Amino acid sequence: MKQQRIDAGPAGPVPWYDPRVRSLFFQAIAIALVFWGGWVLVDNTLSNMESRGISTGFGFLNKTAGFGIIMNLVPYDATMSYGRTFWVGLTNTLLVSAMGVVTATILGFIIGVARLSSNWLVARMALVYIEVIRNIPLLLQIFFWYFAVLRNLPSPRQSLDVGGILFLNNRGLYLPGPMPQEGFGIVWGGILLAIAAVVGIRIRARKRQLATGQIFPAFRVGLAILVFVPVVSFLVAGRPLEWDLPVLRGFNFGGGITIIPELAALWIALSLYTASFIAEIVRSGILSVSKGQTEASRALGLPNGLTLRLVVIPQAMRVIIPPLTSQYLNLVKNSSLATAIGYPDLVAVFMGTTLNQTGQAVEVVAITMAVYLTISLLISLFMNIYNRAVAIKER
Amino acid sequence: MTEPTMKAPRKAVRPVKWMRENLFSGWFNTVLTLGVAYLLVTSVGPLLNWFFLDANFVGSDPSACTGAGACWVFINQRLNFFIYGFYPDELQWRVNVMFLLLAVAFVPQFIERFPGRKWLGIFGIFGLPVVGYFLIPGGSFGLEAVESSKWGGLMLTLVLAYIGIIASLPIGILLALGRRSEMPIIRGISVVFIEVWRAVPLITVLFMASVMLPLFLPEGVNIEKLARALIGITLWQSAYMAEVVRGGLQAIPRGQYEAASALGLGYWRRMGLVILPQALKMVIPGIVNTFIALFKDTTLVLIIGLLDVLGTVQSTVSDPTWQNVATEGYVFVAFCFWVFCFGISRYSQKLERKLDTGHKT
Repeated sequence: MKQQRIDAGPAGPVPWYDPRVRSLFFQAIAIALVFWGGWVLVDNTLSNMESRGISTGFGFLNKTAGFGIIMNLVPYDATMSYGRTFWVGLTNTLLVSAMGVVTATILGFIIGVARLSSNWLVARMALVYIEVIRNIPLLLQIFFWYFAVLRNLPSPRQSLDVGGILFLNNRGLYLPGPMPQEGFGIVWGGILLAIAAVVGIRIRARKRQLATGQIFPAFRVGLAILVFVPVVSFLVAGRPLEWDLPVLRGFNFGGGITIIPELAALWIALSLYTASFIAEIVRSGILSVSKGQTEASRALGLPNGLTLRLVVIPQAMRVIIPPLTSQYLNLVKNSSLATAIGYPDLVAVFMGTTLNQTGQAVEVVAITMAVYLTISLLISLFMNIYNRAVAIKER
Repeated sequence: MTEPTMKAPRKAVRPVKWMRENLFSGWFNTVLTLGVAYLLVTSVGPLLNWFFLDANFVGSDPSACTGAGACWVFINQRLNFFIYGFYPDELQWRVNVMFLLLAVAFVPQFIERFPGRKWLGIFGIFGLPVVGYFLIPGGSFGLEAVESSKWGGLMLTLVLAYIGIIASLPIGILLALGRRSEMPIIRGISVVFIEVWRAVPLITVLFMASVMLPLFLPEGVNIEKLARALIGITLWQSAYMAEVVRGGLQAIPRGQYEAASALGLGYWRRMGLVILPQALKMVIPGIVNTFIALFKDTTLVLIIGLLDVLGTVQSTVSDPTWQNVATEGYVFVAFCFWVFCFGISRYSQKLERKLDTGHKT
């Protein structure tokens, strides 16, 4: 009788069939490929730049730019450096993005709620708006507002005039600019005081509600304080505010605040376009709250407004916020379409003019992409924090 | 001898009741309805006038536009340019053949129970690019070559969107698999690639493709502008595609992966035969939606100087022989895009309902 030997140890797989060995092998290949590809690119780029006489490094940021920019939030003139053009572009991008986010959110929420309205006509109109706007390219909408609408407004001499303080013409919208005089600090103090008071009242009201169940009308009282305190402090300080009115000087207006048509067109188009997407997000968010929740809240005796505020909206927000932030991100990225109509945003100023003048494509493109990457990472970071905060706490 | 059956009572359609419930319930709704109705009535009239009643349709030059409304003569006259760009007139049949093949491949997808529509779809995805590769640029089989700098208009838009989506699909699938991989380095590479491309706007990608790509290539190698734009669009789009496909991969129940392993299949066969067929079917609506987004985004190529349909219109509205026809041009482009995008999005919604077989929890 032959005894089979079983004590030879487990016959482990041959090394090249071992999953761990294989995985190491493939990862090593992947790293090698990435490094090889990177090296080839860098090598090619360096030799190309050398043969074309393009300088490298970030030294160009300190050189004089020598070109004008039609709109700047940070002080700028043509004698400043290329580094400064970066900041001008970045602030312009952030400005139009912030304006767009605010209006698109307001408009989107209104349209999203209108889409669910019990009023047939209103719901239909909201649907038509959404289906028309979101199926037309954004760039086309920007062109339409800029070339077909705003550029066809009357010239400065025939500008539309609202009460002699507001002027609209093909050079832009002219608004009176507030000029705080001496003693305006009192008003700022009043505003800060009012905000602090409102926050305090909200906290107290919440504590009292949790303790006793009594509801304090924090919203109305807060609103009253917010309006009343600054107005009183404004009057007490002796109205320390003057307005810088726009006046027609020669061929154009001077003074006041100017919203250039490039900014206006971009702002309008971004808001309308993004609002159509936000409206759909809001609609699906509200629909995602099951009817039982509303009914249960009614059964508890909560009136309509409180049902909406305490039960429906908090749950809808959980569904709304993640896609909403990605829409905000899209809006920031889409603001780069400014290039097409000449609004001086980051891409137009820095990746456009600065790149053309210096020829340092690699550095400029890298910086610009890094900015957008940072914005995107920051937004997704905030979203993750928020998500963790509102996620359903399961026990 | 059947008894004369009585007619069913007329279904109670009471317009007055319907209106009271849907338009005039409560003072707030009444005010809303009246306000919206007023806006509609006051805006529809002038719009109709501008579009049709006061508009000029026939003629051959700007002098034919006498009415106060739209000057459709302009669109009529330049239509050839808007569709084909500078593609030579006598060779436009080649583009038309492609349009026809596109229609043959994809229109049946909207019609249920069309015989062999699956095969037509497969031809549209795999066969059509090959046909187009030989037909549109020419240069082989005795076809006269047409440089890509002469392509333009709607045709270029379709070329960009179509190649962008077809080429990004395989890269996107690989990236999605990489992101779900158990090997940390492969996963890391995929995540970085996807997130970087998704974070940057398409314009910067196009700028990069047109400015930096020539620097990346070895000396002496030169690729044309269209190809550079296509490389940029494809890389950018593949990141989005990867996220869509990843959604499908995550939706496949774990049991499917385990069952495939239990059958002794290797990684690629496990993915190719079991997981991907299910996952891809699930994400068809998502792919269609990214296609719509890409289709709209192709208009951006005009910024780097390619003449897509918006680019051709934009370059003609500034033509001084035609006065003030920007709105007409934009309305035309908007209509082109809207018909495509709205149609496709309806299709994807229908598909979503059809494919929703209750797997979702």
